[in-house]
Amino acid sequence: MGCGVTKGGEFHKRYDKDGNIISVRISAAITIRAAVLIQRWYRQYVARMELRRRYTWNIFQSIEYAGQQDQIKLYNFLGYLVDNFTPSSNERNLISHIFRENEVCRDIEWERFFDYRHIEVPDIYSGPRLTFPLNADQAADLVEAFRSKQQLHSRYVLQLLGETWKLLRVLPNINRISTCHSKEITICGDLHGQLEDLLLIFYKNGMPSMEKAYVFNGDFVDRGKDSIEILLILFAFLLVYPGEVHLNRGNHEDHIINLRYGFTKEVLGKYKMHGKRILKLLQKIFSWLPLATVIDQKVLIVHGGISDTTDLALVARVDRHKYVSSLRPPKRRISHSVRASVDSDMDEDLVGSKYSILNRRRASLTYARPFPARESFQHRSLQDFSSTVARTMEEELEIRRRQAAMTRPGYSMSCRNLNTSMLSPSSSDSLDAFENVQNEWKQILDLLWSDPMIPDGCVPNEVRGGGCYWGPNVTEEFLNKHSMQLIIRSHECKQDGYEFCHNRKVLTIFSASNYYEVGSNRGAFVRLGPDLVPYFIQYQANSMTREMSVRQSLRRTEHSALKVLREQLFAHKSDLMSAFQQHDKENTGLISLSDWGSAMSQVLHLDLPWRMLRSQLITTTTDDMLDYHNWFRNLAIKEKSYEHIEQTLLDTLYKHRSTLETIFRIVDTDNSGFISFEDFRQTWKLLNAYLKMEISEESINDLVVSIDTNKDGNIDIDEFMESFRLVDKNMLERGKSLFMRRSEEYDGPQDETTNQPPQTPTNKEGGFLAPP
Amino acid sequence: WQNDSVQKKIRSAFDVFDHEQNQTVDVREIGTIIRSLGRFPTEAELHDVIAEIEEEEPAGFIRFEKFLPTMSRILMENKLRPVPEDLLLQAFEVLDQQKKGHLDPEELSRYLTQEGDPFSQEEMEEMLSAALDPEKNLIFYRDFVSMMTADEPW
Repeated sequence: MGCGVTKGGEFHKRYDKDGNIISVRISAAITIRAAVLIQRWYRQYVARMELRRRYTWNIFQSIEYAGQQDQIKLYNFLGYLVDNFTPSSNERNLISHIFRENEVCRDIEWERFFDYRHIEVPDIYSGPRLTFPLNADQAADLVEAFRSKQQLHSRYVLQLLGETWKLLRVLPNINRISTCHSKEITICGDLHGQLEDLLLIFYKNGMPSMEKAYVFNGDFVDRGKDSIEILLILFAFLLVYPGEVHLNRGNHEDHIINLRYGFTKEVLGKYKMHGKRILKLLQKIFSWLPLATVIDQKVLIVHGGISDTTDLALVARVDRHKYVSSLRPPKRRISHSVRASVDSDMDEDLVGSKYSILNRRRASLTYARPFPARESFQHRSLQDFSSTVARTMEEELEIRRRQAAMTRPGYSMSCRNLNTSMLSPSSSDSLDAFENVQNEWKQILDLLWSDPMIPDGCVPNEVRGGGCYWGPNVTEEFLNKHSMQLIIRSHECKQDGYEFCHNRKVLTIFSASNYYEVGSNRGAFVRLGPDLVPYFIQYQANSMTREMSVRQSLRRTEHSALKVLREQLFAHKSDLMSAFQQHDKENTGLISLSDWGSAMSQVLHLDLPWRMLRSQLITTTTDDMLDYHNWFRNLAIKEKSYEHIEQTLLDTLYKHRSTLETIFRIVDTDNSGFISFEDFRQTWKLLNAYLKMEISEESINDLVVSIDTNKDGNIDIDEFMESFRLVDKNMLERGKSLFMRRSEEYDGPQDETTNQPPQTPTNKEGGFLAPP
Repeated sequence: WQNDSVQKKIRSAFDVFDHEQNQTVDVREIGTIIRSLGRFPTEAELHDVIAEIEEEEPAGFIRFEKFLPTMSRILMENKLRPVPEDLLLQAFEVLDQQKKGHLDPEELSRYLTQEGDPFSQEEMEEMLSAALDPEKNLIFYRDFVSMMTADEPW
């Protein structure tokens, strides 16, 4: 053992009677050297961790933004259906029902729909029995009940929703509140069904009361597993303290978005008998949620943000409840909608060979984010499906003729939307009405969907497909125009739970901790007193994170990010293979690591540090060359029964998983969780045609047969989607069974020092990340 | 050739911290970047490097075009050399005067926050949270060293 000292050192050893060293006194110089060494090493170690943390975050964010394309694909696919199939066709019927106006229109009928009185509550029910009007104790009891994992009986749910609706209807579009009344106001951001975070907030900050005002800034539902409980709690407190509790609508308070991101599924699962009714009522309630809150006329709180055209006076005047879903703008009188057909190749060519200028200019302040150029979604006519669905054949033909005349490459965005010359020769009244509706629609979309960007200006938010990216100059102008000093918004996950930008004039607050994965980020809430100086409290739910060290937490997050990344790789296998082969003209089966990096970058369009990730994604190389066939084989294994399915079909399925799932759920009109073979095949064929894939009937039939495990002619949507989770072959082989479920799932690496049971993953719908 | 791959390595590490994607990083991240490239600068050495690559009017950021040549040189000439792992273990053993095989947090803190390139309170706490055995309230440094040296450097 030496002391690492060979010269100049003084040390005195003392020995015990057996000749063992019992102590050594060392000179100061050596101690200092030892300390320096440890310090250098430790700082090195911290730096390496920091690097990994950064690129792990990058992975999640990159994939999130790549995943957002799925939403746009969905819109485009639905548009394709409408554009290319006659109203009476079977294909259109698959989806037309979601665009039909609510059958129940009048308020009296709605009240009947809310009628809970005939629902009996069995004696054995041990959950809360609410009586109305609600009081604070009952609200607190509700929180406790949910903490104890109880479920509120549907009778009370309906009753609560009914009362909530009545209240929301009389609220203005913009809540105006004051700090002098309740001293301090607490503002919370996205919760996304993560009940634990809400409970943590109440624990740290106290529940809402006369002295404790709260603003909840949207996105209460989707993705987490307790969305309905969060809603019920928020609504309960809203009813008890209508002057102190304020809710803003988020982009996820939207029934069509809920189909995709899990809320619909959650409600149907928890409320088997009355779930559909509950959902229908929530549809209504969401549309009645206020759009924004203003504190002391100086601070604007809104879920997404603003644009250069945001006009609060106009926002205050709109009939907000007409805007039920961002995927379904209000019906227009005018039956024509002007649109250019969307080249379905665009879907795959999302990014094209170059990034738009935005890609280089826009980045989050903390972490860079890439995104591809896209046409502005909001001008694209997903608009007015409801009226197009009702069109006659003649009208349909006329429109197509006009479209054909109009469609040409490079057709400008501005023409597409408000091209009045293409509208039927109706009176200027309906034209004005049309423009008004368009304008109001844009105002609301901007409030709920926009994101801040670093450079000046205001551009359509092509990644999310709605709202804008707005720059510091827009913030400045807006605040001046409205004599305000701060915009508080949510909508984007931030690693520390909050983040300032635009010279501290815009604050993002995000309250769902561990959003991507356990340990990925903290949540936060902010308190404002009469001085309007923000005071932040950060937290991280989940007892496991508290006990895990930074390193363990990082490993877990990293592992999760890599898993998600591997799924992306697998989904693009065919394209990657082609790219690899480009670099391997002589067909040796080997490519250099540097070529690997270029191919990854080129195919995936994910702006990640591929060089850094190399060591995580590639385990064996020979002389710095990668055997790419082998690499793919080792990357992941797929469900055995799909081994005979051709690769291109599987690739497509992986790539379009979330779109497929959403479409299935739309097609599943009675929300039973099953769709028939026939419908499945139809849907698949359509997607096939749309994407111009060359997939044979036979392949599809094979697929259908292999997934109908019950052999009853129906496909269980959940089961189908489950089978497309990738299994990490390496993990499987190393037998990390502690964290595995059904031999397919695993939640993270086996941490040496934690003997905790596997934690239930927060159920992110579709397996791909999507915008908050 | 050799130089090209070195450049790419530096570029990769730099990019991770280039949040605005404008070829600059916050000067406070330079230490992290250099270390993530497998170098082990002391604080003094770090300051020297920063002084060399800073703007004439220090503006809080470092540009890639200044960082690259300096960092290339460091890598090519193997400056700011990695410290071998066994020396790290020996360093702990030096501090463990009674050869107990462990250190208690107070004595380690004393050494590391007062000697050499002292740790800040925050750094010390962070290290303890990773190194301390919570039940025994001791640092079993052998395990800790294994942990710190486990991940391969880039």
